[in-house]
Amino acid sequence: MAKNDVKLLGIWASPFVMRARISLNIKSVNYEFLEETVGSKSELLLQSNPVHKKVPVLIHGDKPICESLVIVQYIDEVWTSGPSILSADHYDRAIQRFWAAYLDDKWFPAMRRIRGAQGEERQELVDQVVEGLALLEEAFGKYSKGKAFFGGDQIGFIDIAFGSLLGWLRVTEKVGEVKLLDEAKTPGLVKWADCFCADAAVKSVMPETEKLIEFSKFLMAKMKGAPSPKN
Amino acid sequence: MAEDSVKLLGYWVSPYSLKVKWALKLKGIQYQYVEEDLQNKSPMLLQYNPVYKKIPVLVHDDKPLAESLIILEYIDEVWKQNPLLPIDPYERAKARFWAKFVDDKCVPALMAAFTKKGEEQERAVKEAHENFKILESGLEGKRFFGGETIGFVDIAAGWLGCWAQMTGEIIGIKLIDAETMPLLDSWFQDFLGIPLIKECMPPQDKLLEHIKELHKKF
Repeated sequence: MAKNDVKLLGIWASPFVMRARISLNIKSVNYEFLEETVGSKSELLLQSNPVHKKVPVLIHGDKPICESLVIVQYIDEVWTSGPSILSADHYDRAIQRFWAAYLDDKWFPAMRRIRGAQGEERQELVDQVVEGLALLEEAFGKYSKGKAFFGGDQIGFIDIAFGSLLGWLRVTEKVGEVKLLDEAKTPGLVKWADCFCADAAVKSVMPETEKLIEFSKFLMAKMKGAPSPKN
Repeated sequence: MAEDSVKLLGYWVSPYSLKVKWALKLKGIQYQYVEEDLQNKSPMLLQYNPVYKKIPVLVHDDKPLAESLIILEYIDEVWKQNPLLPIDPYERAKARFWAKFVDDKCVPALMAAFTKKGEEQERAVKEAHENFKILESGLEGKRFFGGETIGFVDIAAGWLGCWAQMTGEIIGIKLIDAETMPLLDSWFQDFLGIPLIKECMPPQDKLLEHIKELHKKF
C-alpha cells in the first residue's frame, strides 16, 4: 500500500499514539506520521476527530479512525497478513480487551494523578497503582505461560496497551520519587518491561524518559501560564 | 446450547446487565439468570469478578467475563446469528467508537445531572445535552445505529433513552429534547418500542420508584 494511504496524526510523547505506531510496525505498514504541534490543533485533526479533537487519529485512505484501542483493533482486522495482535480464541480476546480497558479506565488515570496529589490522597493513589500492578503481575504469569510477553512469544494487545504506558510510569517514579514497578513485588513485569522496550516494533517509538520529563515540565509551565482553556 | 452453560449475574436496576440480556435475547441464547444483591454480593460474584466486583458477569462454560461492552463483543463472536457488529473493519471501528463515547461521555454527564445540585447540575445538564447531540450525529441519519436493524451501538446506548427520561422527570429538567434532537428522540422511541427490547426491561413503575428513592440520597 502506498505510504500516503495511511497517515497517523499524533505527538511523540503520547502513549496512546504509541499504541497505533507499535501496531503499524508489527504489521509492517508504511505510514506517514503527522506530528501535531502541542498547544494547537491542525485543521486535519479537527476535521478527522471532531468529537474529541485528540490524537491519535489513523487516516486510512480517507477514513478517520479514533481512540487508540479502537485503532489497534482496526489495524489488526485490516492487515491480516502480519502477526495477529489479538488472540484467535474468543475468550482470550475478551480477556485481552478486559485488561486493556482496565488499564485505561482504572490504572492509568490513578497513576497520572500521583504527581499532582499530596498527602493521604497521594498515598491512596500510589496504593491503587501498586495493587493494580500486582493484578497485572498475576495476569502476566497466567497469560505469558513462561514466554516473554502477555501475548506469548510476540507482543499482543495487552503488551501494547500496557507497554505504551511505561514511559509515563517511569516519569512518575522519577519526578514523583516513588517506586511503583518493583522487582521485589512484580519481578515478571520488570523483566517484561525490558523485553517490551527492546522489541523491534517498540524501540523506535518509545520516548526517552528524560525527554518525557522535560516535556511534562513544559506542559505544566504552559498550563500555569496559559489563560483558562475553553474548547 | 444447554442453558446451564451460560449464566448471567445481574441486577434488575442496572442498564449494564440489561444490555447483556438484550444481546442474549436477540441471539436466542438460553441462559441462567442470577439476580445479585449488590448490598450483599455473593461469593460467586466476588470470585468471578475479583477486579471490579461488579455485575454484569457472563459465565460461559465456567469461564467468567466482566464489563458489558466486552461481554457484548464476546457474545457476538461466539454466537453468529443476528450479528451486532458489522463485518467491515471501518464500520466496526465506528461502532466501537460510539459505544465508548456513550460510556465515557454520556453516562458521566447523566450521572452528574442526577447526583449534583445548583450550578454543577446546570453544567452537567448542558454537557448531557451536548453529548446527546453528538451521539445523534453518529446515527448518520439512519433509523438505527445498526442500519435497518439494531446492532452493537443500539444495544450499548439505547437504554439511555429510558434512564435519561426518568432522570429528567426526577430533576425537573428535560434531558432528551425532541426539538433539538429529533433524530435521537425518534431513535430512542423506535428502539425502546421493539418487542424483545421491551420484554427485557424492568417494570417501569418499579424502576422509577427505585430511582426516585435513590435520588433522595443526593
